[in-house]
Amino acid sequence: MSVTGLEFAGQEAAAGESALDADAAKIQGRSQWQLTWRRLRRDKVAMAALAVIAVILLLAIFAPVFVAITHHPPNIAYPNTGEDAAGNPVGPGTAGFWLGTDGTGRDLFIRILYGARISLFVGFVTTAIGAVAGVIVGLMAGYFGGVIDTVLARFTDAVLAFPYVVLALALAVVLGPSLTVIIGVIAFFSWAAIARIVRGQTLSIKEKEYIEAARSLGAGPFRIMIFDILPNLLAPVLVLATLYIPTAIVFEATLSYLGLGIQPPTASWGDILADAQNFYSTSWWYVVFPALALLITTLAFNLLGDGVRDAMDPRTERVLAAGKARRRRRGKHQVLADGQAELSHVAPYVPPAEGS
Amino acid sequence: MSDPLASAGTASTPAVAAGDELVRVENMVKHFPVRAGGLFRRSVGQVHAVDDVSLSIPRGQTLGLVGETGSGKSTLARCVAGLIPVTSGRVTFDGRDITNLSRGAMRPIRREVQMIFQDPYSSLNPRRRVGSIIGDPFAIHKTSTGGERKRQVQDLMERVGLNPEHYNRFPAEFSGGQRQRIGVARALALRPKLIICDEPVSALDVSIQAQVLNLLADLQRDFGLTYLFIAHDLEVVRHVSDSVAVMYLGRIGESGPRDPVYRSPRHPYTVALLSAAPAADPDTAAARQRIILTGDVPSPIDPPSGCRFHPRCPKAEAVCGQQEPQLEAKAGDAATHLTACHFPVQAGENLAAAGRSEPT
Repeated sequence: MSVTGLEFAGQEAAAGESALDADAAKIQGRSQWQLTWRRLRRDKVAMAALAVIAVILLLAIFAPVFVAITHHPPNIAYPNTGEDAAGNPVGPGTAGFWLGTDGTGRDLFIRILYGARISLFVGFVTTAIGAVAGVIVGLMAGYFGGVIDTVLARFTDAVLAFPYVVLALALAVVLGPSLTVIIGVIAFFSWAAIARIVRGQTLSIKEKEYIEAARSLGAGPFRIMIFDILPNLLAPVLVLATLYIPTAIVFEATLSYLGLGIQPPTASWGDILADAQNFYSTSWWYVVFPALALLITTLAFNLLGDGVRDAMDPRTERVLAAGKARRRRRGKHQVLADGQAELSHVAPYVPPAEGS
Repeated sequence: MSDPLASAGTASTPAVAAGDELVRVENMVKHFPVRAGGLFRRSVGQVHAVDDVSLSIPRGQTLGLVGETGSGKSTLARCVAGLIPVTSGRVTFDGRDITNLSRGAMRPIRREVQMIFQDPYSSLNPRRRVGSIIGDPFAIHKTSTGGERKRQVQDLMERVGLNPEHYNRFPAEFSGGQRQRIGVARALALRPKLIICDEPVSALDVSIQAQVLNLLADLQRDFGLTYLFIAHDLEVVRHVSDSVAVMYLGRIGESGPRDPVYRSPRHPYTVALLSAAPAADPDTAAARQRIILTGDVPSPIDPPSGCRFHPRCPKAEAVCGQQEPQLEAKAGDAATHLTACHFPVQAGENLAAAGRSEPT
């Protein structure tokens, strides 16, 4: 490798590069989020789930509108129209009750809508608190290491090791059931898993050269955590959070079902289901509709979460499986060509001109 | 080393007055503890990454630091940049002692000492746009904001040969050479005095290496930069350096102005390194005699006694394993050409034929 040869090759390649640049100016850089959204849009299941969630959200937000239409506020019982002669709930469509009434003659549809408000609120708020707390704890533990890591990571393990339903019940009993206590209890159990994932990611990211570059520029630990590490964590945290919302919703329903959550007369899916048990033999709608609401909501969030995970990481199973199937269909010589194409993905190896 | 200050520090740069020295490293030692055990991690040994190294770089010049992987050159660079604390020794920058400063005290120095990293892929955050990466120095040191910062970043991009329109792109959309230019722009942002280049071209194609080297040379001329240039490619170092230091297992084996070191190397290790460098000209390649070193580089946890090169040295004698050679000017050399060897190689001496280096 002679020096003059080097310079000559350099000028040539530089000229080629600037010619390319003229075209390149027109190309718009796509962010990771744009790419994710493009992939997510192609996922029919995830898009259907997203649509379902949007409908549920709209129904919950506009619940008062339905009250205005039906003239049935959520907590008002209608003993005359809402109960039959035996005092049992009336069925769907009867006397202006779209989905029938509940055990005390209240409009079941309206109560499910108001239950959705509670469920979604608890789901989003606890997940948000859990995600923020988990990211903070995981980042601190992973970045600082040492004693801070030992303390935080062991605390995280301890929280994860708890039989959380038992502890949640105990806390709800001691502190008295209320929306605030419910949110606090659920959030307390949702940050730990996120913290553990974030800690692991942080441990690997902090060894990257760009972290060292930031340090050499004089960036402090908090600036590095926020500007350099956090953007790399958003993808896994977003996926985890999407999958945590249904967990939190079910958790709230469980606590309410056991009578330790939202207190009557405020509507909550768990509470409605608990009351419905007494009527399951006579009034099927009383059990089926709130249960369906819970099922559809959690299913939609889970499917969306899976879709987001696949879209964020193009190397997930589904994509790989699809690729394999396509290759199988294309026949043998194509497979060979594919194999070569795969080889070219491997970063070119530049033999080090080491002097040893 | 009895008086390394006199030998390696000032003596290696007699052409410049002492005040013209930008960086001075005195007796730098960096040991990394080796820990074992799970819960109660105890130190079971030390990696002697850098051991008693002294060097100095005159303002506006380039010092090339050569050595094999694991010779401690990158550790030395990180110590000079203040990224990791030194075990002992002193680093002086522009007349100020910057050894083991606190982060706050180091902050103003950071503006004047910048680094270019080896891997253009892992040294740029994949989740941040190029404009934000190059603008980072301005943001961290709060020198400019908003449109002013954007204009500065685009000026920098233009200066290093990038299209300023690509401000909003992500690192993944650039080639290796372009990415290294981004790294250069980031290092250049605060108009530093010293840029530590840690193998800046090792990960690049040869033609791209030349572009980046030429860019670095242009920038040095235009901004009066001083480089500490680390590489394991001898030809690259010869191309960019004013003076050269050869490291082996945490020690400097030979140092001096570029031409004497390349033309008449005195340390057997330097001779072996030079003989192993590939030559583009087939006639030269056929004519040269390669010195095949036997064995591997010994573990830096337990470095050999005496001269660290003696277990692999074709000229080694008993004294080499007992007594550590001083880095000093050998007979017939200029006062700036220093060698740490008991039996320096003489001109015309055929090392390949000597002793146990016999090629098999």
